Amino acid sequence: MSYGYSLNVSATDSLITNGLVMGACWIISNILRYYLPYSNRYWYVLVLSFSFSIAAIVLSKLLLNLVLIDPVYKDYILFLSNTYWLRVGVAFLLVACMAIICVLWYTQEEEQENRQRKNDAEKLSRDAELYKLRQQLQPHFLFNSLNSISALIGSDPSQARKMIHQLSDFLRTTLRKDEEQWVKMEEELESLELYLEIEKVRFGHRLSTSIIKNEECLQMLVPPMLLQPVVENAIKFGLYDTTEAVTIQISVIHENDSLKVTVRNPFDPETSSPRHGTGFGLNSVKRRLYLLFARTDLVETSAKDHVFTTTINIPKHENYNH
Amino acid sequence: MKIIIIDDEPLARSIIKEYLQYHPDLELIAECNDGFEGVKAIQQMQPDLIFLDIQMPKINGFEMLELIEEPPAVIFTTAFDEYAIKAFESHAIDYLLKPFSRDRFDKAISKWIQMSKTISPKQHLTPLLESVSNSPAEQHRVVVKLAGKIRIIPVDEIHYLEAADDYVKIHTKDGSFLKNKTMGHFETVLNKTQFVRTHRSFMVNITEITRLDPYEKDNHLAILKSGGRVPVSKSGFVKLKSVLGL
Repeated sequence: MSYGYSLNVSATDSLITNGLVMGACWIISNILRYYLPYSNRYWYVLVLSFSFSIAAIVLSKLLLNLVLIDPVYKDYILFLSNTYWLRVGVAFLLVACMAIICVLWYTQEEEQENRQRKNDAEKLSRDAELYKLRQQLQPHFLFNSLNSISALIGSDPSQARKMIHQLSDFLRTTLRKDEEQWVKMEEELESLELYLEIEKVRFGHRLSTSIIKNEECLQMLVPPMLLQPVVENAIKFGLYDTTEAVTIQISVIHENDSLKVTVRNPFDPETSSPRHGTGFGLNSVKRRLYLLFARTDLVETSAKDHVFTTTINIPKHENYNH
Repeated sequence: MKIIIIDDEPLARSIIKEYLQYHPDLELIAECNDGFEGVKAIQQMQPDLIFLDIQMPKINGFEMLELIEEPPAVIFTTAFDEYAIKAFESHAIDYLLKPFSRDRFDKAISKWIQMSKTISPKQHLTPLLESVSNSPAEQHRVVVKLAGKIRIIPVDEIHYLEAADDYVKIHTKDGSFLKNKTMGHFETVLNKTQFVRTHRSFMVNITEITRLDPYEKDNHLAILKSGGRVPVSKSGFVKLKSVLGL
């Protein structure tokens, strides 16, 4: 349907009117990019769209009146006046549609950004916490070891040197920074053994250890320095709550798709329980496993016949390498 | 001069022995592995000076000192114990931080010789022990001595406390034990939501109370699960009611 107007006139009208409507859409989308209304004020957007539509159509009418000034176009100008509200209606539909799409788009974008920020913040604080939990190497242990070395320098220099090497190797493993980087059980056990060797030098004949490890577990991956506080706790319990010789037993087995580590130490039920509860070391291990796996049931403790048993279940890591 | 070293780590003892060689007037008469051995050795041998580690099996260095009526002079040795170090500093008591040098060791010895001329070890140690007995480790238990045997009583096992002259009598299911502390001391140290001073001479573990009976004019008697009866004064009753939420 051409209504009998020339292509030239229709094209001019279409160009000017559509251009102005597009301009209105562009302005409104820019406004919404920076000023997203609260959810209870979405009707503002409709009001705004309506005002913009009217403005665009009024402007287009003015412009067309200027462009089509020749009396030849008188009919067309009349046609313009007659379709005025229809034009406003169509423009409003277009602008409002655009505005609604913008609102949805920007809201979703903002939400995504928030979520991302929240995730980042959480990850940051979790990393910091995990880092701190791993770094809780007892200064007590460090200074006492140095004191032992100082004593050995006088009496047994080669043993002193050996202990310095053990202590350095051990400290190096504790300084490993990357939480993401899980280590082989084999490495974790090596560092535990270093730690135990140092403690044996400190406590002399009072401390002995037995480690039972299943060959197939050695290649499995575990979070670095996870078992350290458990063994530390066992030593503290064992050595500070009894006065006799102490054997710490560690066993590592592969069970039900997870790695099961059991640490046993003797304790004295009369004095231990009120003093330590489950011990700070174990709380930090629990917290860490929770942060890593979102599970609270991975650490179990039991006390029976003067033996305190701590069991840790480490779920299999995705990058399990055989 | 007689010296005893009390430390659970053999190498820690050996370095003190080594440094002592340069002090021929100081004679090492015993080495102890823990506080129990320490108490025995001190009472039997009456040393002039002890080197005492703080973190030791079963009872720590401070708890050991509390068990000795006339303590000798003490030079504390510790690797790392923020709480203790703060206490030493506020009471101007010398201590050695492991590992320590021979120079530092010699300084501690000469300081002790200086000091021993003016005041007795007991004068020195009493305020220190009073302040460290508020330490977190000691709030959960009380160390007592009975007929030469040392017992560690978890505070939950205390039924009630009773003032007895210069001592406090601690009543538990296994009988009662004397501790040379004041009621005021226990009032500050024990958890106020668990132990209530119901009377000038009594403090009760509220988890042990089964009922409260009126007794004479304004007074009450708390009847315990164990059958024990603890006097409750008028003001004690008010305190007890507020803790029990009555």
